[in-house]
Amino acid sequence: MSAPLLQVSGIETYYGPIQAIRGVSIDVPEGKIVTVLGANGAGKTTILRTISGVLDADRGEIIFQGQSIAGQTPDRVMRAGICHSPEGREIFPFLSVAENLVMGSYTRRDKDGIAQDLEMCFGYFPRLKERAQQRAGQLSGGEQQMLAISRALMGRPKLLLLDEPSLGLSPLLTTQIFEIVKRINRERGVAILLVEQNAHIALQTADYGYVLEVGRIVMQDECAALLARDDIREFYLGHKDAGARGQRRWKKKKLWR
Amino acid sequence: MESVVGLLQLIINGAATGCIYGLIALGFVLIYKATEMVNFAQGEIMMLGGFAAYTFVGIFGMNYWVGSGLAVLATAAFGYLLDAVVLRRVIGQPQFAVVMLTLGLAFIFRAGAGIAWGYDSVAFVTPFTNSIVRFGDTLVLGADNLSIIFGTLVLCGVLYLFFSRTRLGIAMQASSQNQLAAYYMGIPVRRVFSLIWAISAGVAAVAAILLVPVQMVDVNSGIVGFKAFAAAVLGGFGSIPGALVGGVVVGVVEQLAGFYLPTGFQEVTSNIVLLAVLILRPQGLFGQVIRKRV
Repeated sequence: MSAPLLQVSGIETYYGPIQAIRGVSIDVPEGKIVTVLGANGAGKTTILRTISGVLDADRGEIIFQGQSIAGQTPDRVMRAGICHSPEGREIFPFLSVAENLVMGSYTRRDKDGIAQDLEMCFGYFPRLKERAQQRAGQLSGGEQQMLAISRALMGRPKLLLLDEPSLGLSPLLTTQIFEIVKRINRERGVAILLVEQNAHIALQTADYGYVLEVGRIVMQDECAALLARDDIREFYLGHKDAGARGQRRWKKKKLWR
Repeated sequence: MESVVGLLQLIINGAATGCIYGLIALGFVLIYKATEMVNFAQGEIMMLGGFAAYTFVGIFGMNYWVGSGLAVLATAAFGYLLDAVVLRRVIGQPQFAVVMLTLGLAFIFRAGAGIAWGYDSVAFVTPFTNSIVRFGDTLVLGADNLSIIFGTLVLCGVLYLFFSRTRLGIAMQASSQNQLAAYYMGIPVRRVFSLIWAISAGVAAVAAILLVPVQMVDVNSGIVGFKAFAAAVLGGFGSIPGALVGGVVVGVVEQLAGFYLPTGFQEVTSNIVLLAVLILRPQGLFGQVIRKRV
């Protein structure tokens, strides 16, 4: 088996004195969707920020296509082929939709390629084409999420970091967006590292999953296998087989370790 | 008839002074929008721009246009370095630190200019000095004031095209609106911010050069920074058109106050306007309220 596209090994990241990531290792193979599940504050977003270079890891190594990218500046990481669709969308509210997308291709110089990718984004999200000249701040939450994903695609990534695409969206819209994420992965061969609170849809979309608890990976497996596990079903998917006893066990087993 | 022409002359002269305030206010706003710093040395940077132009045109005897161009470039480079070397270090510090730092820089610039160029007022001959333009029979305007208004309009047009059409200009807007996202997009945010300082300084230099035919350059020229500050607040501190309109309003009000009110009022009108705005419409004429969708 060839080396994975992205290899994160043993990274530790701090916010000031607080250790958010306590030695996390994640592999993302070429062309696959990998998801990281976890509760609020488990450190999912921090992992993505560390990979894209906005935060620096204090320890550990990040290898992308055989090159170390740990400690690199965000524009270097982006040029290497990792684009980030951040949590909370973080669009540019007073720029038009089209200008937002062009900013996603800031590190690129190939005009034709940029024009092609713009059409590609409009192909995936026709709604954005209708609103191309509107200020991005006037879009609905779902449209802003589409814009954030498209803007990341404009960097023509080999690996897309996707942070909470379902945040604040209706279940219907969430399903639609994940359909398109799957299509992007299949049609463009873009590997995706997906961070998501909605474990149900994440496990259905991804190929491989990691479970993160308080900065540590506590479980990893194929998504199909994770979906079948009792504890995952109980804690993350809300299925309850054991009746009242399950509640008590949940308290005890809240943290694996 | 006489009084109408007189009023028109007053308004145009006021608008010309107002354009200078507006250009300096523009520098305040550009920097504030991008880095959330208020640069109280903006007026002093303008003063340095004036002395730079005096050096090239008045001392070295260069052609007015060439010398002015060089002065603008030199001042812009100075603005870039000022951010890259000094101001960048206080990002993340409390606002108060930035205020003290820029006020301190203002004193240093004033003293430095005094040492380098002396404390006398200086000027040089421009194509607009002491010439007049007649409109019809009665309306007579100074070419100096008209050149200020015209130059400001041209500069604003150029800046508008730069910020709305070029990739770098849009990236500057993007970095001002959402710094984190700009980092994610691979925009070199720090360099972009230094370039914004360069533009602000360059604009201040243009203002200084436009002002030369009307008012001589000396170490205290930077005082207009305070009037420009009133203009920026009037415009909504954060709105670029607001800064220019605010500048013109302050300039015209000041001119009218100087004519119709007792002596002494002219100097304080900008502060009265500032107070009135803060009481009546704190967000300014063009203030925008930023809302974020979650």
